[in-house]
Amino acid sequence: MNSTPHRNRQLRSKLGRVRGLGSTHEGVHHWWAQRMSAVALLPLSLWLIFSLISLTGSDYTVFHAWLSEFGNSVFLVLFLVAMFHHAQLGLQVVIEDYVHSELWKMGLLLCIKYGAVLFAASGVFAVLKISLAG
Amino acid sequence: MHSFINQFPWTLYGQKRTDLMAKQLADDERPLSPHLQVYRPQITSVLSITHRMTGVVLALAAVLLTYWLASGAYGPEAFARSQALMESWFGRLVLFGFTFSLYFHMCNGIRHLGWDLGWGFELVKLRATGVLVILSAFALTVFSWVMAYDHVGKW
Repeated sequence: MNSTPHRNRQLRSKLGRVRGLGSTHEGVHHWWAQRMSAVALLPLSLWLIFSLISLTGSDYTVFHAWLSEFGNSVFLVLFLVAMFHHAQLGLQVVIEDYVHSELWKMGLLLCIKYGAVLFAASGVFAVLKISLAG
Repeated sequence: MHSFINQFPWTLYGQKRTDLMAKQLADDERPLSPHLQVYRPQITSVLSITHRMTGVVLALAAVLLTYWLASGAYGPEAFARSQALMESWFGRLVLFGFTFSLYFHMCNGIRHLGWDLGWGFELVKLRATGVLVILSAFALTVFSWVMAYDHVGKW
């Protein structure tokens, strides 16, 4: 870089354009995945809310019967996968924006990425256990 | 009076800082981040940070949802415990907060998707959709809880 102010009429820096994939080295993949999961979550969340409303105050047998239905278990698995993927993408951005120490940033990113997989797997396995037990 | 105020130390500091920011902007013509400390809160910025906060809150809600499902997989006793936890007054308060967070994040998320399609960037639309998001989130939250209480039949 030279010391005189450079005239850059584009929003991206010269270096960013040279490197091609921007500061995160992955282009628009993160952005696109966040939007794709958001669109999927719109109908799935509405379905879940109304299911939970209809399950309010119900006991174990009603809950079991609801989750054992094929459509319900499929939708719930889809919801869990899309939601934890979306959550993990969003938390990643929050951490990258506010945590500036490299060590803390890496540590927290590891926590949320592994945590999302752990909770998603637990949730999906719980659904399968209940629905496959019939 | 006006010049007296303008010569106050903090004003000078602010002016210097603004000059510096303006100079940076003129030098390379790249956008600067808004400095939150010197920004007046507006519906656009308040909704933006609320979107983030509700997103983080919903991540906690996701953990609770997993616990609830896992308790169902564990057996009737564990499920009864998690149900009792959420039926307590504190549980209901937390669930109410989660409900609002979900509806807010969903409504504002639709607003975001609109921007991604290039719709709604005009200041008038920006503010109108912002107000619409707040009103919808509150209305949907209250509607859902009325439905839930109505479903149980106990008020």
